Amino acid sequence: MSAGSISEGAPGSDVWRGLKAGLPVVVASAPFGLLFGALAVDNGFTPFEAFLMSASIYGGASQMVGLDLFGAKIAPWLIVLSIFAVNFRHVLYSGAVGRRIRHWPPLQQAVGFFFLVDPQYAESEVKGQRGEKITFAWYMSMALPIYVCWIAEAWIGGTFGNLIPDPHALGIDFLLPIYFLGLVMDFRDRPFWLPVVATSAIASVIAYKTVGSPWHVTIGAAAGILLAAAMPLDRKPDDPS
Amino acid sequence: MNTVLWVILWGAVFTYAARVGGHLVLSRFHNIHPRVEAGLNAVPAAVLTTLVAPAAIQAGPVELIALVVAGFASLRFGMMTMFLIGAAVLVGLRQVVG
Repeated sequence: MSAGSISEGAPGSDVWRGLKAGLPVVVASAPFGLLFGALAVDNGFTPFEAFLMSASIYGGASQMVGLDLFGAKIAPWLIVLSIFAVNFRHVLYSGAVGRRIRHWPPLQQAVGFFFLVDPQYAESEVKGQRGEKITFAWYMSMALPIYVCWIAEAWIGGTFGNLIPDPHALGIDFLLPIYFLGLVMDFRDRPFWLPVVATSAIASVIAYKTVGSPWHVTIGAAAGILLAAAMPLDRKPDDPS
Repeated sequence: MNTVLWVILWGAVFTYAARVGGHLVLSRFHNIHPRVEAGLNAVPAAVLTTLVAPAAIQAGPVELIALVVAGFASLRFGMMTMFLIGAAVLVGLRQVVG
C-alpha cells in the first residue's frame, strides 16, 4: 500500500534500522508485558481482557495503574481519568513528533500516532535530532514488533501467570526505572538538560508525596518543561522546518 | 457491557486522543514560538525523569546501587548494554541480599 510513499533512501535499510531500534525495547518490555498479563488475571480480568487492554490502550504504565485501581474498587470513570493522566504526556510527544512526520499522508499519521509509546517517541526524537528523516517504513518497523510482542505477552502472562516463580528475585519490579533512566541519559546533549532533569526530579518527588500518583508525572514534567521554556533564548536550536 | 470492558475501551479512546491531540493542536500554528520549541525539546528528559525519580527515592539500597551503576554505564555504553548491566547488578545483589 505504501510502496509509492517510501521515497527517501533505501526502504530496506530503513526497515532494518527500525527493527534494530525496536529490538532492545522488545527485550526490555517483555517482562512487563508478561507481568501485566499475570497481574490482570490476578485482579479478575480474563486473559482476553488483558490482551484487549494491551492491544487497545498500549501503554504499560497506564495499564498497570488501571489494574491497580481496579483492584482498589474505585469508580470506573476515575480509573479512566487516571489512565488518561498517566498518558497525558503523549500530548507532548504527539506535538513533538508531529513536527517530524508532517510529510506523511494523513492516514499514515493517524496510524503512526496510535503506536507513539515512550521508546517510540524517544527513538524518533533521537533520529530526528540527528537530522535524519522519519519515514513511515522506519517508524512502523520499529513499532510493530514491539506491539505484537506486547499484546502476545499480555495473553501469555494471563494464561501462564503462576509460572513466574519469584518475580522479586528476577528484579522485575525495578527493571522499568532502569530502562527509563537509560532514556533520560540518551537526551543529555539537549540544551539545559541537567537543570530540566533536576527540576523535574524534585517536582515529581514532591508531587508524588503530596498530590500522589499518577499526577506526579504531569506535574513533574510540567515543571521541567516550563523551566526550559523560561530559559534565555540565545542558544537557539536549529529550526527543522 | 461489563465494567472491565467499559474501562478498557474508554481508556483506549482517551489514550489515542492524547497521542493524536498534541499534533492536531500544534499543527494549527504556522510558526512555533521559540519558547514553545524550547519547551518541547525538554519534554522527553522531563517526562522520563518523573518515571525514575520517585522510584529512586523509594528504592532500597540494592535498587539504588543498580540504578547508579546503570547510570554510569550509560555514559559509556548504549541503551541495551546499560540496561543489561543494571539488570545484572540488580538480580545479582538480590540473590545475595535477598
